[in-house]
Amino acid sequence: MRWVRLRTGTAETPIAPAAAAPAAIALARSDCGALWIELMGEPVALRPSGGLWIERAGAFVAGDLHLGKGSSYARGGQLLPPYDTIATLDRLEAEVRALKPRLLILLGDSFHDPQALDRLHPEDANRLRGLAMGRRLVWAEGNHDTRRGVSALGVLPGEVADEVVLGPLTLRHEPGPGAQPGEVSGHLHPCAKLVAAGRGVRRRAFATDGRRLILPAFGAYAGGLNVCDPAFKGLFEAPPLAGALGDGRVHPLPFSALCGD
Amino acid sequence: MDGAQTALPSRFQAWFEGRGWSPRRHQIDMVRKGREGRDVLLIAPTGGGKTLAGFLPSLIELAERPPRNAAGGVHTLYLSPLKALAVDVHRNLEIPIADMGLPITVEARTGDTPLAKRQRQRLHPPDMLLTTPEQLALFCAWEGAREYFADLRCVILDEIHAIHGSKRGDLLSLGLARLAQFAPHMRRVGLSATVNDPDMLRRWLAPAPGLADLVTGDPGAPPVVEVLVSQNEVPWSGWTARHAMAEVYQAIEQSKTALVFVNTRFQAEMAFQTLWEMNDANLPIALHHGSLAAEQRRRVEAAMAREELRAVVCTSTLDLGIDWGSVDLVIQLAAPKGSSRLVQRIGRANHRLDEPSRALLVPAHRFEFLECEAAKEAVEANDLDGEPARVGAQDILAQHVMGVACGEPFDLQALYAEVITAAPFADLTREDFERVVDYVATGGYALRSYDRFARLVKGRDGRWRARNGEITARHRMNVGAIIEIPVLSIKVASTRGQQRVGGRKIGEMEESFLEQLSPGDCFLFSGRVWRFETITGLDALVTPAPGEEARTPSWGGSKFALSTYLAKRVRRMIADRAGWPRLPDDIQEWMTIQQLRSKIPSEDEMLVETFQRGRRHFLVAYPFDGRISHGTLCQLLARRLERAGRQPLGFVANDYALAVWALQPMGEMDMDALFQEDMLGDDLEAWLDESFMMKRAFRHCAMLSGLIQRRQPGAEKSSRQVTFSTDLIYDVLRRHQPDHLLLRCARADAAQGVLDVARLGRLLQRIKGRITPVELSRVSPFAVPVLLEIGREAVAGAGAEAILQETADALIADAMELD
Ligand SMILES: [Fe+2]
Repeated sequence: MRWVRLRTGTAETPIAPAAAAPAAIALARSDCGALWIELMGEPVALRPSGGLWIERAGAFVAGDLHLGKGSSYARGGQLLPPYDTIATLDRLEAEVRALKPRLLILLGDSFHDPQALDRLHPEDANRLRGLAMGRRLVWAEGNHDTRRGVSALGVLPGEVADEVVLGPLTLRHEPGPGAQPGEVSGHLHPCAKLVAAGRGVRRRAFATDGRRLILPAFGAYAGGLNVCDPAFKGLFEAPPLAGALGDGRVHPLPFSALCGD
Repeated sequence: MDGAQTALPSRFQAWFEGRGWSPRRHQIDMVRKGREGRDVLLIAPTGGGKTLAGFLPSLIELAERPPRNAAGGVHTLYLSPLKALAVDVHRNLEIPIADMGLPITVEARTGDTPLAKRQRQRLHPPDMLLTTPEQLALFCAWEGAREYFADLRCVILDEIHAIHGSKRGDLLSLGLARLAQFAPHMRRVGLSATVNDPDMLRRWLAPAPGLADLVTGDPGAPPVVEVLVSQNEVPWSGWTARHAMAEVYQAIEQSKTALVFVNTRFQAEMAFQTLWEMNDANLPIALHHGSLAAEQRRRVEAAMAREELRAVVCTSTLDLGIDWGSVDLVIQLAAPKGSSRLVQRIGRANHRLDEPSRALLVPAHRFEFLECEAAKEAVEANDLDGEPARVGAQDILAQHVMGVACGEPFDLQALYAEVITAAPFADLTREDFERVVDYVATGGYALRSYDRFARLVKGRDGRWRARNGEITARHRMNVGAIIEIPVLSIKVASTRGQQRVGGRKIGEMEESFLEQLSPGDCFLFSGRVWRFETITGLDALVTPAPGEEARTPSWGGSKFALSTYLAKRVRRMIADRAGWPRLPDDIQEWMTIQQLRSKIPSEDEMLVETFQRGRRHFLVAYPFDGRISHGTLCQLLARRLERAGRQPLGFVANDYALAVWALQPMGEMDMDALFQEDMLGDDLEAWLDESFMMKRAFRHCAMLSGLIQRRQPGAEKSSRQVTFSTDLIYDVLRRHQPDHLLLRCARADAAQGVLDVARLGRLLQRIKGRITPVELSRVSPFAVPVLLEIGREAVAGAGAEAILQETADALIADAMELD
């Protein structure tokens, strides 16, 4: 693996005052398609699945699973294919098999709506129990409604936490305001869009400036918010790098190459 | 003539005479068919009194009707694919009704009709209701429809040649089948322009398996078609015909009113601007295309009706439409691509049958010159290209089934029997029908987890109905078979406080086009140059940028592909050396050098040239089969060449040829094997499932079938705000239920429309054993046009993954350099 240093903050229009911007993000591509970065000095892998691998802690993090999104729309009369929960769990299980994490952290919005847990198929509930076997499972739910669902019913294993601290990193669902060095969050469902060869390509993406990291949504049907959207304003000290999810690999894209919707 | 006179009631005969007319033979024939209660298709050229012929039987029947006490229902329903046409027909019908003092009420109903009026129309139906197919679909989903149409005697379908071969046509056909249930005495009248296969339309019109009667109008004087041979030489490539614009301007000057047809909006903008720059005589010339604001288009149409304009530059938006008497010349800029379209457009000129229509074809480059000549010959020989009969789309059937359930409970067997009377669905099996009903009810998933959310429920009486009022209301908001392409409003930017906000709206444009612009880019729109500033919400903000160079976007090429019929004629012209002397000098020279340097293929041969240029190896093939099937062929060839280790780098296609370039030479390859038909098997399947065309097709099917509802009660959601992505749904469904109904629909659509797989199949069959490979030391004259397209148009095959990869690699390379 070869690490390269990528200067950030060189885009023409910094999205935040670049006073305290770090000089560079260290990047490396690995054979398995993951993109390694140093986040506050901690080497972490941005996985093509959209999850985060924190090697030293043996922790795998996935945000915004939105289990039960399909059936949530079905209730309202739009009968989306009911396979989204299965597809999401398939991917989560594949990552757990590949990485064998000691710690599995689900970073909030695990269920799409407060009743989604009630609609969960018994088989899918069993799969979630299976994921907790032999490791710690933490539902880092923040202050979300679904948290009550997860903990109060007690039907699923695992611990519920507002946030999780691992070395220099703090993991929580919703990005805190202003600069939050060391924060790993979800909630915003970042995605990146490129336009080339006469067409636009829009993909879910990690967003990071080397100091904080926002994970893309892991759920099969979870939509995305363009990282150029004002909602991301003020979160990064320098224009962030987007790690766009491609077929089996994460593509690092400079902010200056991205465009809005 | 005597027969004609006795066929019309004296009041009508007198009316014709009073106007200085005599009824035409086909008008009398239509009256007779009406008296006999027959379903009938009328094929007549424009200007032949076709619409009146369609209405005449109803006017007579209503005029002879004994006075009644109670108000009746609708007697005649007229359906037109264009709102404007319904309104115009209304105006024209009022004349005989007023002149003869007939006790007949006529009203139009479109999406624009105010709600209060629409409600009144329900309570007090007019004798004749003029509306659009979408309104018929809405009627089908209304509880009162059965009663409302109980007295219906006649349904008139206008311009059916323009609608039958589409999903809109499928929905209309199903609507007619429904209407026939409500109105057992209804007969069907179809009005059509000249087509190459009238029997197909006769079958489409009548309840299957029947055949409607045929009445044909007398042909008008044959049109006079000329191909413009410019003083400047015909260019090698391009599609704007800019070289000939001075001559086009002259032609406009010498005519009363000209319609200048082009094939794309961008071409319309270009041509309009060029004409405006050379408009020394200050002729009133206007612009008309689908992106302009509706009010602006209406203003142009009104000015045309008042005969105030000398020319309108327009796209297919004016292929159909109301008659403008003053038009005496139709100019086609760049080749028309198909003879039927050309005939339709020529028909817009001179609506008097005794005088010929005049048309001027302006080829944009050398192959197009041949194509224009071919089109001219085809028009003279009345050789029209046709479409194959269509199999009804199941996503449309799903929408219709939901609509039926919103109207009234249905019995499964009875509805099946009804649906197969709609010609496009005549071959639908009971099994497939039930699968569609299950799809409507529960989504049709193997994982039966949505039974409790079913949209249709079966009552104790064994009939199916919509589960609740909300489902019904949602369906009614989303009726129709027209997919609105996501558009943004183009507004002039103004500043309010610190904010840039949208001011005056100048039109609408597809989101996909605006996506290609960066802030600061200039583009032509509505005849002026604008600078693109930003997008806020659903508005694209622009500022005027007069004098700036406008960027050429990649929506440049023609949307239409060369038709099979014209292609065949072009191949024949090239092969026929005896005919060469009739061609202009520079074209002859071009073909002669081709003969010396490479080869002139015979009519049923396909020439394949291979040569090296720089470090790249090229393969250029000349199937002459239209850009769409060529594009698909390129995709599949590239996969094959990749597997054969030739390292293909890119490809490009136009209507006549395709070129693939690679790192390795391809000259010694077995061409018969390379172009073998079996590429339509696994290669196609594998590529198709990954392609973005398939995702787009899926998105459309999901919308039309009601899986996704574009409009929600309470909030007008635009497609930009749909909170889930159909691409994600596609990926999940493909993995978990690859044979799902919607995926089958999407595959069928992609294969039919955007990829034209059927045509590619015919092409591969045609060239089997007839490929002539030629290895050259350098590029041939025939290869130049297609090679010049490299870089001008986006490489159609550029995959999403490649685009990501390229940008990422550039970033990494950049980073490495810094180290
Ligand atoms: Fe979320």
